[in-house]
Amino acid sequence: MAGSFTRMIAGRNGAVLLASLGAGTMATGFLMSDNTLAAEARTKLYPPSSDFPDLRKHNNCMAKALTPAIYGRLRDKITPNNWTLDQCIQTGVDNPGHPFIKTVGCVAGDEESYEVFSELFDPIIKDRHNGYDPTTMTHPTDLDASKITNGVFDDKYVLSSRVRTGRSIRGLSLPPACSRAERREVERVVVMALAGLQGDLAGRYYGLQDLTDKEQQQLIDDHFLFDKPVSPLLTCAFMARDWPDARGIWHNNEKTFLIWVNEEDHTRVISMEKGGNMKRVFERFCRGLKQVEQLIQERGWEFMWNERLGYILTCPSNLGTGLRAGVHVRLPNLSKDTRFSKILDNLRLQKRGTGGVDTAATGDTFDISNNDRLGKSEVELVQMLVDGVNYLIECEKKMEKGQDIKVPSPVTQFRR
Amino acid sequence: MPFGNTHNNFKLNYKVEDEFPDLSKHNNHMAKVLTKELYGKIRDRQTPSGYTLDDVIQTGVDNPGHPFIMTVGCVAGDEESYEVFKDLLDPIISDRHGGYKPTDKHVTDLNFENLKGGDDLDPAYVLSSRVRTGRSIKGFTLPPHNSRGERRGIEKLSVEALTSLDGEFKGKYYPLKSMTDAEQDQLINDHFLFDKPVSPLLTCAGMARDWPDGRGIMHNDNKTFLVWVNEEDHLRVISMQQGGNMREVFKRFCVGLQKIEEIFKKHGHGFMWNEHLGYILTCPSNLGTGLRGGVHVKLPKLSVHAKFNEILGRLRLQKRGTGGVDTASVGGVFDISNADRLGSSEVAQVQLVVDGVKLMVEMEKKLEKGEAIDSMIPAQK
Repeated sequence: MAGSFTRMIAGRNGAVLLASLGAGTMATGFLMSDNTLAAEARTKLYPPSSDFPDLRKHNNCMAKALTPAIYGRLRDKITPNNWTLDQCIQTGVDNPGHPFIKTVGCVAGDEESYEVFSELFDPIIKDRHNGYDPTTMTHPTDLDASKITNGVFDDKYVLSSRVRTGRSIRGLSLPPACSRAERREVERVVVMALAGLQGDLAGRYYGLQDLTDKEQQQLIDDHFLFDKPVSPLLTCAFMARDWPDARGIWHNNEKTFLIWVNEEDHTRVISMEKGGNMKRVFERFCRGLKQVEQLIQERGWEFMWNERLGYILTCPSNLGTGLRAGVHVRLPNLSKDTRFSKILDNLRLQKRGTGGVDTAATGDTFDISNNDRLGKSEVELVQMLVDGVNYLIECEKKMEKGQDIKVPSPVTQFRR
Repeated sequence: MPFGNTHNNFKLNYKVEDEFPDLSKHNNHMAKVLTKELYGKIRDRQTPSGYTLDDVIQTGVDNPGHPFIMTVGCVAGDEESYEVFKDLLDPIISDRHGGYKPTDKHVTDLNFENLKGGDDLDPAYVLSSRVRTGRSIKGFTLPPHNSRGERRGIEKLSVEALTSLDGEFKGKYYPLKSMTDAEQDQLINDHFLFDKPVSPLLTCAGMARDWPDGRGIMHNDNKTFLVWVNEEDHLRVISMQQGGNMREVFKRFCVGLQKIEEIFKKHGHGFMWNEHLGYILTCPSNLGTGLRGGVHVKLPKLSVHAKFNEILGRLRLQKRGTGGVDTASVGGVFDISNADRLGSSEVAQVQLVVDGVKLMVEMEKKLEKGEAIDSMIPAQK
């Protein structure tokens, strides 16, 4: 695979390689059999139109954006890490739709995917991120947690608070594309950096391959353990290869700061605690992130980031901040109101089941988090979540007293 | 796909020990053979279509072991894989196929008249008979590697060939992606429909990509001859019927295959075959004849006899559950088929099934009467 064009190069190099291995011309001739066509003939036989995927029954962002013309221009291109368009879109071809969410349907294999294949990624980003135009707009990054106001919720309603994001190590391919050596390098870089964290952030790393039964059970009980992906959205994007090689979990001794290594992204960074103190959760989040960044910079590494797309992650849906700030909140009355979805929409919040993205809500407790990732800063998004959850709790309290509630007007999109 | 030679060149910048997979907890043929030294020696090779060592072994790296069977742990991406990666595949082939040497020659015999007997297996015990094999079409890469364009090319050629068959082979092609609900239900009821692979042995080898594009099923009007297009191999050809007339099943199998091969040859795309490895298929376990000939047979008493497995081994047969390779037996009914694929011909392998099943049914009858079967236990075939 890897595109017909690159296969053609292989064809020519193949002959040279075989010859260099000592295969005589006869053997090389045997191996380059009659039916192995010359490079140019192969392009003619398999032009992009013959390879264009059948997306008629598909409903994801990639299927909406990918036209035969775009495919024709991009199919034979390759990133500096040798990643192709077909590899970006394979997950979207293999997964026509998802019952609960409109999926993106493509992934990046490296930082350059977003440039080399921008003709496809830019419209997908615009579609997914509410009109954010990467060709004209810039993304703000702000990790100053002190700016958050009213960030402590009523514990009677909010059972837990959590903020997560991802970070990628510049210079190494992303999980869909990385070789075993690159993945192990990511693990080395990150684990070495994390060993430098101190105070309330001091902790330790558990490599998935070397877990003892006791450690495994503890991580399960703490709800920290992540398992080999079963979602075809991820497996079809090659992210489960070589499992569990170079995957692991790091957490601080207090179990409030957690990092996943080499799952869907190089790193997923999570700050969490029971109760409603979102301000403290976000403060620890920002502090931890900045310290980790400093620690890798001391060794000559940095995170993937640019001002067009913010933090670069595997899935285009996580560009920008990559941030999902959320709470588990009890809303027994409000959740039964027909206006609940509309209220969430206007507050730019989304609900999930307490099992995460692929679950439905059961009972009265919901996972409520921010919709947006790109075009607003971390501080702005967390403040929106805080304001939104406070509003939801106010509604719940009103309804407990038999009072009526109002649907709030929609929060504005982008500043610009 | 999945990654190909250009990505492979990029990996060569990393040291062998950094790229070598961790196979310490693995138990498959690939893990037994692949050492760091061997990996280092052949990791920079690629086939003319760009298939690489990591592509070959990915499925074995991702699947350390299987509960019922010792898996192969690697696949071919094209015909040339077996040559370019012979340093890895020859020892695996030898291990898997009873010591088959790189210098050995494989005999193909699809002359059904060479089969002796096979038309009198007792239908009170033998519920159904079936013979399957696979065929790969020269000039195309294999399911782990082929692009959508190639897969569609294979489908187009196959449909032309299969729908031109006549007589008892006359039938219809059902593409998976445009099947009506009624057609789908019918194919399920007939036990013909194959579904998107769920086994990680196949999905990790990239064989489920773009499903169901380019996949389909052809079967004859009598529902005794069936061809799967673009599942684990380019073609899987199946002849089957209720009851114990394996001779008839095998005749239909041979005649049908030869008709199909003629048509493909006329289009300039014969089947992949060579005199060392016989028919070339995706999985090294299916080289040679690619043939699995078997029956569903009731052996409730024999199957719990202490010597059942030994008998099977001596007869060169294997047992499976009636749901296929990944299942266990239900109600004393077993799927009994030939264990060998490479190094003996189609006729020889089906002969072993015919003779072996006949003997086992006689053993079952003896056990029903409370008699011993020790004198009937055969020598190693």
